[in-house]
Amino acid sequence: MNPSRTPAPRKVLSALFVAACGLAVILALVPLAFILFFVISQGIQSLNVDFFTHNPRPVGETGGGMANAIVGTLILTGLAATMAVPIGILSGVYLSEYRGSRFASAVRFAADTLNGVPSIVIGVFAYAVAVLPLGHFSTLAGGFALGMMMIPIITRTTEELLLLVPNALREGALALGATRARAVFSVIVPAALPGIITGVVLALARIAGETAPLLFTSFNNAFFSTSLMQPISSITVQVFAYAISPYEDWHRQAWAGALVLVTIVLICSVLARIAASRVARVRGQ
Amino acid sequence: MRSSDLGFRVSIGVFAAALLLIVVAIGVTLANDSSLSLQKFGVNFWGTSTWDPVAGQFGALPFIWGTLYSSVLALLIATPVALGIAVFISELCPQLLRAPLIFLTELLAAIPSIVYGLWGIFVLVPVVRAIETNLPESMRSLPLFSGPPFGVGMLAAALILAVMVVPFTSAVAREVLKTVPMTQREAAYALGATRFEAIRAAMFYARTGIIGAVMLGFGRALGETMAVTMVIGNNPQVSLSLFAPQYTMAAVIANEFTEAANALYLSALIEIGLVLFIITLLVNMLSRGLIWSMARQLPAKAAA
Repeated sequence: MNPSRTPAPRKVLSALFVAACGLAVILALVPLAFILFFVISQGIQSLNVDFFTHNPRPVGETGGGMANAIVGTLILTGLAATMAVPIGILSGVYLSEYRGSRFASAVRFAADTLNGVPSIVIGVFAYAVAVLPLGHFSTLAGGFALGMMMIPIITRTTEELLLLVPNALREGALALGATRARAVFSVIVPAALPGIITGVVLALARIAGETAPLLFTSFNNAFFSTSLMQPISSITVQVFAYAISPYEDWHRQAWAGALVLVTIVLICSVLARIAASRVARVRGQ
Repeated sequence: MRSSDLGFRVSIGVFAAALLLIVVAIGVTLANDSSLSLQKFGVNFWGTSTWDPVAGQFGALPFIWGTLYSSVLALLIATPVALGIAVFISELCPQLLRAPLIFLTELLAAIPSIVYGLWGIFVLVPVVRAIETNLPESMRSLPLFSGPPFGVGMLAAALILAVMVVPFTSAVAREVLKTVPMTQREAAYALGATRFEAIRAAMFYARTGIIGAVMLGFGRALGETMAVTMVIGNNPQVSLSLFAPQYTMAAVIANEFTEAANALYLSALIEIGLVLFIITLLVNMLSRGLIWSMARQLPAKAAA
């Protein structure tokens, strides 16, 4: 026995465990680096002004862009936000103001459930509700599908952020004779507003990247359209169509589209992080 | 309560009720619109594997198999990695590294599914194909590696799903580990435990929540559509082989929904959507239940 020379097996095991955990982090970061590397390097080669200003060209003609799809994504996310922001924020207010009630638990449960519903199922539902009755694909149906994905995200973020508002603020407002509604909308919500806006931006970034709910709601459109009752193109569906096509030029366009999507996500995440740290600092003082 | 306050509660309660309504409406609508297929095929729908829209024969066994198999494989790969990351970030890493690492893993979750799919087709699949073709001949006789190497197939799908699930599981596991009282670790260290033993004690303490985190990742994997559709090969067959092109429930809906030319075909696809909805609902309920029960038991234990 020479304890000073050979470390105890327990210590070796512990060191191995620590190393394995570090390795796990690297294992997850490698694909992230690879994805970002390929999206940026492949995307930059095909990203040019035409990509933002031209519509898709038919097979055989090189060039062209995704102007219609970019506008389509903007309209679709805009529609989704119009539907989801009021419902999401007000239900979030309800959950934080009346958090103990049975009804609140049920709503909270519904929000978490809806959050976990696969996006393709949301698409099927939107098809049944908004495409079948109209008889055709439409921008409206796509916006509806995206809106339903956005609602639970905003609800839960709003609730969490409102719970962080110090109770003294609420009590102060009520003590001054404010009604519950006045206290909520003039004091509590404004106090949490930067965080709520951050949450909305993150939710927008997430649904802007959704493809599955749009495949058979807003479908796709080779032409420039802003009509709510017509099918519309979106960056994600266009990237999908190009990616599974056999044409080299379309593959390049797909990478450019992916780069635009990743850039949107990246910018929103960084902005959210900056906003969150600023909120934390203000609160800390 | 003042009457204006009651009015306020009711009026914002209407918006909150919308969430309940949507969830119920999804279930009811899907069940209603799949009635044609439900009546015609009954339970056989899930027990047979002939998927022939032209002949009007619909058996969904290959899809449910593909969904479960790919998700389980993804979970086997993702769980150790995700837990490793959670432990590293919450227990081991220097304070300075913590925020950047959390940001990077969140980024992994924020990358759109379609981008994963694009990357899968053009980068991952060729790599998988190279691995498959260079596999020693002796291993090819195993059912796990049988069949010709296509590149697209179960292995590529499981790998890409694993990458996508890791950030979800690790984020929840990290939250769960954060709720374990410091005294648990301190007590372990005081007894002379190594780092590994102390962390093992903390993880054992948090086991319900950690199982919940893993289940939540499973729920994500079950419903993942675009990336899987693009790399799994889309061939309805029940096979153990990792090399075989297969199909999932989400993928068949994504690919064939707009092509469903008759009412029965459409209704069969909607029934697949209904079952996917029910399965993910159950998995999510179970995982949330586990995470909640963990959160609830904490104060009681701390007091004891």
